[in-house]
Amino acid sequence: MSATPLHKKVATRGHLKIQDAHKVYDPEGAAVLAVDNCSLEIQPGEICMIVGPSGCGKTTLLNAIAGFHSLTSGTIHLDGEMLCGPGKPKAEPGADRIVVFQNGALFPWKTNLENVAFGPIMQGTMSPQEAREKARAIMADAGLSGMENNYPGEISSGVRRRVEIVRALMNDPKVLLLDEPYRALDSLTKSVMHEALLEIYYRNQVTIFFITHDLEEAIFLGHRVVIMTTRPCKPKKILTVDIPHPRDYSVLTSPRFRELMDETMEAVHEEAVKAFAAGEREG
Amino acid sequence: MRLAEEMKKRLFDPTRLRAIFAIVVFVVLWELGSRSKDWFGYAAPWISVIPAPDAVIVVWWGLLGDAGYWQSGYLSLLRVLSGFGAALLIGVPLGLLMALSRNFYGIVFPTFEVLRPIPPLAWVPAAIIFWPTQELSIAFITFLGAFYTIVINTVDGAKSIDPRYFEAARAMGSSGWDVFRRIILPGTLPSITLGAAVGMGIVWEVVVAAEMISGGGSSMGGAGASGAGGGLGFFIWNSYTGGSYEQIVVGMLSIGIAGYLSSGGLRMLGEWITPWLRVR
Repeated sequence: MSATPLHKKVATRGHLKIQDAHKVYDPEGAAVLAVDNCSLEIQPGEICMIVGPSGCGKTTLLNAIAGFHSLTSGTIHLDGEMLCGPGKPKAEPGADRIVVFQNGALFPWKTNLENVAFGPIMQGTMSPQEAREKARAIMADAGLSGMENNYPGEISSGVRRRVEIVRALMNDPKVLLLDEPYRALDSLTKSVMHEALLEIYYRNQVTIFFITHDLEEAIFLGHRVVIMTTRPCKPKKILTVDIPHPRDYSVLTSPRFRELMDETMEAVHEEAVKAFAAGEREG
Repeated sequence: MRLAEEMKKRLFDPTRLRAIFAIVVFVVLWELGSRSKDWFGYAAPWISVIPAPDAVIVVWWGLLGDAGYWQSGYLSLLRVLSGFGAALLIGVPLGLLMALSRNFYGIVFPTFEVLRPIPPLAWVPAAIIFWPTQELSIAFITFLGAFYTIVINTVDGAKSIDPRYFEAARAMGSSGWDVFRRIILPGTLPSITLGAAVGMGIVWEVVVAAEMISGGGSSMGGAGASGAGGGLGFFIWNSYTGGSYEQIVVGMLSIGIAGYLSSGGLRMLGEWITPWLRVR
């Protein structure tokens, strides 16, 4: 593998710092501790993979960063700016943190191009004309030429996910929040998606907070893999993936990759068993 | 050249041929049933008293030159369009408000749910008393026919929009108005279209019955040989009292065709404003 980095630019922003995050859900008095005392620091331009059993509270954490839900206590900073913390339990949603959802949230009534151009027009940072031109260019970069005027319903789910990531990047976010974006895809499509994501990443150097179930996906993509305990959620083990970027699919068969898989497998399995025993629904 | 080929392909499309075949069979059976006494010496039950298609066509042909017949159709269409249009104009905003504001929903919905099961035709006497003219009474009853379906579908449609669309739109910097215009409105459009299509069907049922019961509306009552001025509902009723059974059938078929055309037109309009649903 080539040692010369493809990185066009070095990320200087997207420093995410989670301190003592704590979340209690209280439906009808039954206090459920979803996130407990969770601290995690993610460096600018890092791909940080969050692995844990279903229902362990990973998505709660993501929702707190995105500003969709509040934290019970704890602080989240992005580039030194407090998103939520004491006196401000819920962050404001903003274009500096864009979520790519599990089942996708492309607007079905807008064409792919209109979807990609949506953010800058809303924020008023570009005229509709400029936004469409930029969208066309960025779609071409991501190998999505020729699909500009299709509706999301007309393209495969893998391509839809790619369009959605491109739409997120159009907002020039500091952090990309991915919540199991490739979950519904078959493994062949997944492998194509992984390389495509890395290619987009090498071009943009954005911080990525990536939730997944798939350990192989986590190690292949991530600079670090954070294995979460089952509910309440907090980091159980943090693994630094010392395989240099840029990576391609040949990495999967390398001995080092296998070693890392073995090293994490046990920890993940342990949590999955615990989650299963706790009656958490898997899948 | 290509147009001719396209026409040929469309005309001989198996689905279309089956449809045409079914209509032909229907008319033939009808003809045989109506003429059963003359032709076979056995009166088929029920259908033998109904005028045969060829007799209906002869009467229809005569009516095509009759201004009163066209006037009836025109009046019914006008009532359908005004009632339906009012139902859309009032029903869609009301439905959206109910979907968007929990308080508004809490205030309006109970009343709405009590009024909804009342059939539009049960309103006829009350409408005649309330409204100053017959014309307004009929339009009001027609309005009711489409109103409830449109409101219910709008509420359901707006409420069932995936919340992730709101989250995504908000995260990308959309204002409240942007969310309304670019997410809620297009997201509800398919349900509005559906409600409108169902409403259009009900409106034709209701207008005819209302015309029959209220005596044909304001203009001229039952004047003229063909009940001119009363709408198609009164046209049918007038034909019945005048003893022209063929004309009854003409009126019925005219309503069928008018309903079919208005539903078809509405469907095309619906497909045109929701292009993203066409592609599936």
